[in-house]
Amino acid sequence: MFAVEMRNITKQFGSLVANDSVNFSVQKGEIHALVGENGAGKSTLMNILYGLYQPDHGEIFIDGTMHQVTSPRKAIKIGIGMVHQHFMLVTTLSVLENIILGSEPLLKFDRLNIRHAEKSITELCNRYSIAIDPKVLIETLSVGFQQRVEILKLLYRNADILILDEPTPVLTPQEVEELFNTLRNLKNQGKTVILITHKLSEVMSISDNITVMRRGKVVERVMTKATSQTEIARKMVGEDIEYVQKSKSIPLAEQVLVVDNLSASNDRQLIAFQDVSFTISKGEIFGIAAVEGNGQVELTEVLTGLRSRNHGKVTINGIELAKYERTHIGHIPEDRLKHGLIKELSLAENLLLGKQRNKIFYKFYCFSKAEITKYADRLIHQYDIRPPIVKQSVLTFSGGNQQKAIVARELSKDAPLIIAVKPTRGLDIKATKFVHDALLSERSKGKGILLVSSDLEELLLLSDRIAVMYEGEIVAILNANETTERELGQYMTGSYGKSA
Amino acid sequence: MSWIKNILIHLIGPILALIASFIIGGIVIFVIGKDPLFVYSRFFCETLGNSYGVGQVLFRATPLMFTGLAAAISFRAGLFNIGAEGQLRIGSLATALTGVYLSGLPPIVLIPLCLMSGMLGGAIWGAIPGILKVKFGAHEVINTIMMNFIAAALVSYLVINIYAVPATVHTFEIDEAAQIGRLDVFMTAFRGSPVNVSLFLAISCCIVVYFLLWKTRLGYELRTLGLNPFAANYGGINTGSRTIIALTLSGSIAGLVGSNFVMGYKHYFELGFAEGIGFIGIAVALLAKNHPIGIILTSIFFGTLEYGSLTINTIVPKELSNILLAIVIIFMIIITKIMNRWILRMQERTSIAYNV
Repeated sequence: MFAVEMRNITKQFGSLVANDSVNFSVQKGEIHALVGENGAGKSTLMNILYGLYQPDHGEIFIDGTMHQVTSPRKAIKIGIGMVHQHFMLVTTLSVLENIILGSEPLLKFDRLNIRHAEKSITELCNRYSIAIDPKVLIETLSVGFQQRVEILKLLYRNADILILDEPTPVLTPQEVEELFNTLRNLKNQGKTVILITHKLSEVMSISDNITVMRRGKVVERVMTKATSQTEIARKMVGEDIEYVQKSKSIPLAEQVLVVDNLSASNDRQLIAFQDVSFTISKGEIFGIAAVEGNGQVELTEVLTGLRSRNHGKVTINGIELAKYERTHIGHIPEDRLKHGLIKELSLAENLLLGKQRNKIFYKFYCFSKAEITKYADRLIHQYDIRPPIVKQSVLTFSGGNQQKAIVARELSKDAPLIIAVKPTRGLDIKATKFVHDALLSERSKGKGILLVSSDLEELLLLSDRIAVMYEGEIVAILNANETTERELGQYMTGSYGKSA
Repeated sequence: MSWIKNILIHLIGPILALIASFIIGGIVIFVIGKDPLFVYSRFFCETLGNSYGVGQVLFRATPLMFTGLAAAISFRAGLFNIGAEGQLRIGSLATALTGVYLSGLPPIVLIPLCLMSGMLGGAIWGAIPGILKVKFGAHEVINTIMMNFIAAALVSYLVINIYAVPATVHTFEIDEAAQIGRLDVFMTAFRGSPVNVSLFLAISCCIVVYFLLWKTRLGYELRTLGLNPFAANYGGINTGSRTIIALTLSGSIAGLVGSNFVMGYKHYFELGFAEGIGFIGIAVALLAKNHPIGIILTSIFFGTLEYGSLTINTIVPKELSNILLAIVIIFMIIITKIMNRWILRMQERTSIAYNV
């Protein structure tokens, strides 16, 4: 019998068919991977299962019985739980308080029965070997632990079917391993797990069965053992994808960026990083690997002039940073909607950001609409930004196209130094490959590129050298072709040499 | 054709809001025992039904265009200028004093001088909170309010103790060369109404600000600052100087209010004139969604309500127009929010269709 069976699910948004007669089934007690590009319809399908959307047609069977899942509340009642990409935790409350939130065990006069809650949470932790202290505050926990709290929340509500939406991009390799161990434990205890993802190596290592979606339809349902990663990738994209290949070009001797003994504070006036020194040559991609919050973001902010330094020296092309025009750095920021874009403004106006002083866009002190449109159209075509409408506000663009707009704008500056922070976060295979190709082509043009990423696969693929930051210091600089994800992961968590 | 469709889409909301609020207002009139149709017909005939009424409406709309524009330009830059009240007071007094004490100059020199001194007075009053914000992080809302109190006290001290015509609370009349004409001089239809040439100044200000905001670099930088200060900083925009410029511009426009009352109507500065105009300007800007061209329309609307309430205050209490005004604003906000969501959803649909 199937734990979940969705029959002939169709869901339309306006003229767009997000799910087109989708049949989706998951066996009881398996880990099932649901894969597909962005916009393939997998999130829509899972939101229907979780009761956030109602299907236009189709039926949902849970353990063989038909159900109308009209709301998430109803979904939880029939044993379906979902861990969203963005955690829904109250950071100022404790683990225990977060877990019981909304289904608090009560004594007489509505007093909280903390003792009972504590007991059942400890039981859950023991049964599924999840290590966590229920009394600590969420804000003190790392992302990996926060995710465990989300899973515990579902288990506390007796969920039998757990949906995890893109759980791994925020985790370090070690944390991914721990998460997968937890998932295997859940499976062994008879729980059913649905994993939405587009990281295929993980799919291959953990899942029992795979469903592939493309353009709103299921194109493949296959046993993991009976297929291969390239096969799945082909089904997802609908065509063969060549993996990007780094050209053999060797970085030149000439240095673009020289950082010497640099230190700076974070927003809370604590030391963010100190005594950081490195250089980037022309034609080199220099990677920085670090777990979130180890000073890497502050470092890029100092280098792009957005944050002041405590001491140290930085020169770009031989010019001291303070005298260097900050908009003449290609900067792909970490948070595209916070720094990179003004979401209410049009695509054209966003492509102008940082270049608004360029004289070619003016005629008698006024914007020349013709010149701006010409420029925007050129970037739209060169970088395949969709929809190709210069007047539309970027708010309505997909994440991938928003990112393309930033990449287009920043790379077209033709600046000697490019600083890219997590440039492919949240992008699908095609868009990721696009950004990778773009960065590599800048490399072969002799640009110096600083690449900060938490995706080690990406760092190893693109970088010439990789520096690892841990607690605000560079603990190692390694040649990319002589190191491994495992080694990087150990440096990133400060455990190198302590246990191998 | 698409721009016509665009304008229509943006007009549907306000029109629906107007209809809804007049219906509710009608119920209120009915409840207090008066005939809504009679009150409304009187209201519209006396305001928009004849050219004298139109002149009165436009006269009252003129200062609102200045203060509405002042509020809008600071809103666009993400700043809340509540100080138009003080800025217009300082500016108007400066206009009047220039007109009184520089008499003898030809109009072609004196009129611009009067306008400029008004702008300068307002600009100084707007710049101070701007500088305080950038240098010390003091919030502009607090400081613009405080500057209002200072302006009120300073202006009454100066007028009463130094510049007033004895036994009055107004200054001497400005030189004839500083006076600007009423429209009834060349448009006889407006005969008797105080609407004057400063109306055209106000409308041109709206058009100039429109161009400034959407066609120049400064405008682009101000809007970026208002929508996303982080992105502004990232894009190399000097957010400090833009903050000061926005509040200075805002103040200088508020300072032009004197052109209507001082130069075009009474020809002297009087304590207590234009009371509340600065605050109503904020409502004007909000209703116009901070769009300079929309401000022309909403100012006329507010002017109509203001003068209309005078025409019907023999039949219904004066408070009724305030009730009507409040209902209109509430409906306007609700309906425009709904419309915005609707427009956004349409845009999203086209873009989803492209992504697949």
